[in-house]
Amino acid sequence: MDRIPILRMGQFLLVTIQVDMHDQLALRLQDDLTTEIQRRRSKGVLIDISALEMVDSFIGRMIANISAMSRMLDAETVVVGMRPAVAITLVELGLSLPGVHTALDVERGMQRLRDRLGPTDVGHGSHQH
Amino acid sequence: MAKANSRLTTADVIRTDSKGLLADWMAELRSGGEDPRISQADLRAQAEEFLQLLAAAATSNVDVSSPEWAPVRTFLEGVSRSRATQGFTTQETATFIFSLKKPLFARVRESAGRDPEALARETWRISELIDRLGMHTANTFQKIREDVIRRQQEELLELSTPVVNLWDGILALPMIGTLDSARTQIVMESLLQRIVETGAEIAIIDITGVPTVDTLVAQHLLKTVTAIRLMGADCIISGIRPQIAQTIVHLGVELHGVTTKATLADALAIALTRTGLTVTKTKAQ
Repeated sequence: MDRIPILRMGQFLLVTIQVDMHDQLALRLQDDLTTEIQRRRSKGVLIDISALEMVDSFIGRMIANISAMSRMLDAETVVVGMRPAVAITLVELGLSLPGVHTALDVERGMQRLRDRLGPTDVGHGSHQH
Repeated sequence: MAKANSRLTTADVIRTDSKGLLADWMAELRSGGEDPRISQADLRAQAEEFLQLLAAAATSNVDVSSPEWAPVRTFLEGVSRSRATQGFTTQETATFIFSLKKPLFARVRESAGRDPEALARETWRISELIDRLGMHTANTFQKIREDVIRRQQEELLELSTPVVNLWDGILALPMIGTLDSARTQIVMESLLQRIVETGAEIAIIDITGVPTVDTLVAQHLLKTVTAIRLMGADCIISGIRPQIAQTIVHLGVELHGVTTKATLADALAIALTRTGLTVTKTKAQ
């Protein structure tokens, strides 16, 4: 069964959703991601959904859930590259995803994660890996 | 056999005396007074072409919607279109066709001679035919007018939602007029699209030109703000007039989490601060 790859970039995890998200895939991602955060002691998760063209309420809630779970594991989640149509759909569905951080693209999302972490933490992290 | 004969008659009537028929028709058209919007030469050319097409099509069946009548229909649609753009009314446009009845009936009466049955039959046939053609013309005219109205509405919608690039990375959307669902949708889409295109991190929605804000409008605004936030940009609402501030609070609409400013200038100032820019005077006062 296919799964969404989770890439490690220093202290952060990068998830790029390139395929149509179906429910099973989302659940598996949630599983993999929480495991990975715990294992790598990651401080941030970046989810790139710029290739995602359609969302339903399940996927929308999934994104919110993943963000909340990561926060419990002490990792910030930033969702980047949401398309206008997807944003409109989520709003119309009443899913405003409170507590989920967003950024326009991966670069800005990374910057945001780095800013959150602060300089000392980054130094500490780079020593570890 | 009689039917076949009578079928030939319509076309024959037109063909045998097309010149006279045209002259009579033109006289009939002129009887309502000359119209400055269309020249007599143009009107004559249209009438002549119509008669030719009618003579060609009238040999077959009377069903105007059949393929044999396609050239006539196309011609009439063309006439409707030009009349609509010239500003004619529906009545004036339909009269172009209906005024053909009188001269045609006169000729049918002549050709039928003393056969009252043939006369009645032929008169009815032609009457029905002209009615249908007239209706088709009027319908097309109406449709073209509606198209014009629809296009203007769309143009108005597009005109009223310009997204302005205020600064590098700062977009502004000055909203003017009442906000309804359709407009908010277009506003939202064009703004989100521009955010994607420009990569702007801050969008300012200025509602100075919005006359009233009710719960629905406030909800639409909130939706837009949320969608912008979801995409990863920030949104500032500016141009909130005192009355509007009062209404929003009285309505109990929660605008928390949304940055609001009284004027566009204030919004731009905070947007510049957030992007790390400062405005300074070049000369000391």
